[in-house]
Amino acid sequence: MALELPPYASTGQKVWHYSFKVICGLIFFFLLAPIVVIIPLSFNAENFFTFTPGMIALDPDAYSLKHYRDFFTNPDWQQALWNSVKIAPVATLISVSLGTLAAVGLSQAHVPFRRLIMAILISPMIVPLIISAAGMYFFYSRIGLQGTYIGVVLAHAALGIPFVIITVTATLVGFDSSLTRASANLGAGPVRTFFKVQMPLILPGVISGGLFAFITSFDEVVVVLFVGSANQQTLPWQMFTGLREQISPTILAVATILITISIILLTTVELLRRRSERLRGMSPG
Amino acid sequence: MTDATTGPDHVTGPTPDNAMRDADRAQAQASGPVLAADGKPLKRSLNRALRAQKLRALALIAPLLIFILVTFIAPIADMLFRSVENEIVAETLPRTVIALEDYTGGVPDEPVYEALGKDLTIAAELKEHTRLGSRLNYETTGISSLFRRTGRDVDDLGETYTDQFEDLNEAWEEPSTFVALFADPTWIEEQQEWAAQAEADRDFNEPEPRFYLADGVEEVFPETAPMYERFAQVIQTEDEDSPTEEEPWNIVYLTLYQDLMANPDIADAYDGEVATLLSNAADAVQGFETMNVKEFFLESDEDWADPEVWGTIKAFSPEYTSGYFLASADLQLTPNGIERQDEDQRIYGLLFQRTLFMSMVIMFSCILLGYPIAYLLSNLPLRTSNILLILVLLPFWTSLLVRTSSWKVLLQQQGVINDILVWIGLVSDGNRLVMINNQFGTIVAMTHILLPFMILPLYSVMKTIPPSYVRAAKSLGASNWTAFWRVYFPQSVPGIGAGCILVFILAIGYYITPELVGGTTGTFISNRIAYHISTSLNWGLAAALGSILLAVVLVLYWLYDKIVGIDNVSLG
Repeated sequence: MALELPPYASTGQKVWHYSFKVICGLIFFFLLAPIVVIIPLSFNAENFFTFTPGMIALDPDAYSLKHYRDFFTNPDWQQALWNSVKIAPVATLISVSLGTLAAVGLSQAHVPFRRLIMAILISPMIVPLIISAAGMYFFYSRIGLQGTYIGVVLAHAALGIPFVIITVTATLVGFDSSLTRASANLGAGPVRTFFKVQMPLILPGVISGGLFAFITSFDEVVVVLFVGSANQQTLPWQMFTGLREQISPTILAVATILITISIILLTTVELLRRRSERLRGMSPG
Repeated sequence: MTDATTGPDHVTGPTPDNAMRDADRAQAQASGPVLAADGKPLKRSLNRALRAQKLRALALIAPLLIFILVTFIAPIADMLFRSVENEIVAETLPRTVIALEDYTGGVPDEPVYEALGKDLTIAAELKEHTRLGSRLNYETTGISSLFRRTGRDVDDLGETYTDQFEDLNEAWEEPSTFVALFADPTWIEEQQEWAAQAEADRDFNEPEPRFYLADGVEEVFPETAPMYERFAQVIQTEDEDSPTEEEPWNIVYLTLYQDLMANPDIADAYDGEVATLLSNAADAVQGFETMNVKEFFLESDEDWADPEVWGTIKAFSPEYTSGYFLASADLQLTPNGIERQDEDQRIYGLLFQRTLFMSMVIMFSCILLGYPIAYLLSNLPLRTSNILLILVLLPFWTSLLVRTSSWKVLLQQQGVINDILVWIGLVSDGNRLVMINNQFGTIVAMTHILLPFMILPLYSVMKTIPPSYVRAAKSLGASNWTAFWRVYFPQSVPGIGAGCILVFILAIGYYITPELVGGTTGTFISNRIAYHISTSLNWGLAAALGSILLAVVLVLYWLYDKIVGIDNVSLG
């Protein structure tokens, strides 16, 4: 059942072959249409969530940037954006620095209790968010971190760490440890070896881990909903309340901006992955 | 000499334990121990190097490990603890819990009401009785208002005795009488010093020295001394006042009456003015008009005669309770043991069933939609499949809220899909389909959101299935279907298993999407957890539900680890 249709295929095979392609096309449509449909709707001149007759007729007057204007002028949205921008990079920095260090440690030849340590470090990804949120809410209110900026940053850093660990250990699998020995042999200390030899080689993994951690924090809503207070209202939180209470078309503009950001991040990660595979002499992908 | 805690060597080259094996081998051949350059046995120096390497690895991991333990594992442990923790009853009503030890049912006797009167007075002064009331209200409705009402009345409990003591001698009105009776002489001195200083210096704002009882006074006044001590503490901490200025609560007079009745020779322990005061009082109390605490409570609220209330207090008096877990399973703890909840209150069984059922439906929809795509991707030339893979990854990278909002926009009654259906003429304008705020909405949106998690593991397994197998099957005479079903499909089963577990685990813990598009019939157990945390404030029940969910997820992950291996989780 290869995908090229042999010249001797029977009618039944032809029908099946083409219907298979149609089915796949429909599934791709199901995957992408909901995301794509948001984009034109965000330029709607009316406060509707559907295509107006003017939009279908491609009337320029039916399109406008008013929802984007609203996003950039409304203080609630601006505060939310600012909060997100304040929280995500700091959380990412913590996860990346601690995560990279630990990943280097984990990839050493002899680590006692490696499986147990790995399970603990990966656990924030495994445990459902609502449970992490509940636990953090209970515990952080005990120690006075609930409703604080630091509490949210720490929580988001914890959630981002598994991604850093996974991507960085994956790059370290192909790491040739004779390079560090060569560097030591040439007189470099461990710190210098790390920054001059190891780091440049694992950098793609570190950056994509960082991007995963960033997007985790930037998109995260359940934990911030419980651990944060009104002062830490992030962009996703604002979207969540907007969707739950009165759904305003500004959400569509925000969604479009976020889609653009994810496309940029996806491209970066994809390019980095290929570069890393090339560097390590694996398949060019 | 291998190390039991680390796996077999997966690093080749001059690492200490490879060298160690070499040394072992060399030793077997040579006659004596192999020596290193410095003359020490080689094995010992290699051992040291190995240990140093392990320590270095641990030192690198330690900061993160501590970070995760504090920010993540401790919260989870806290949640597990809260699901069984129940100190509030024993902490707020310590005397009542002891008095109820032998309680077996029915309406308790006077001593239990006396104990409750003392506990409730203190709790009401600390304003803790409402918290306890709402805690017990989760178990038996009505207790909250019962506690609130009696909490308002309880400061009159014992007033009969207060009046009679004060009629007997005006000294009983004086706070100083009680201080002289109960306070430690050192404290009295300290307090006087403090008062003098406060008088002299207006800016002096150190708190009054903490009150403490005189030695041995608890043996003389077994009831009154602890009660007065509690009174002094509450006055100092809550009201920021001094016991030297405040007349004690009515309940202190009640306990005083009890102590004097129990031991008429109390005055012997004192001398001077207080001794006369006490011996007079000890003589007089025999003729005091008495009051019945039980009647006082029943007058405040007749529900205090309700055995159910007492049964609830008794059932929840231990410091740890299985009550929250029982409630999660639609059971309840009653004085007669474990019983099923009333028919109309059994919601959690239904909710767990629904969560599992909908997660299964989502999982199967994901297989149905994901399998063809994964098949297509793994059979196309690399270049084309890479481009299509990006189309799969795009939804994966798009914000969850973006995808949920687009489904909200699409599925609404005034939304895009309904508009198209009306426009085509499939549905009349008056009968727009209800596709959101129900199970259908949740299933569609979550299938869309979780589909990439099915496609990616399937794809990575299918990529490794050699196409020659299917060709071989066909050349041996298998039809297309047989070749697929008997040869290709069985090899793709590990991918299906991995994808299913992943999707299922993610689905049963979902909160945001069901909350936004699920309405009332499409919500999951996680929505109930969130409700108990932020709306009903029944944290214990939220923690118990969370613990059950966590246990289910961990079991599934254990399975996933057995089948796929956690290390094989790849991120696209």
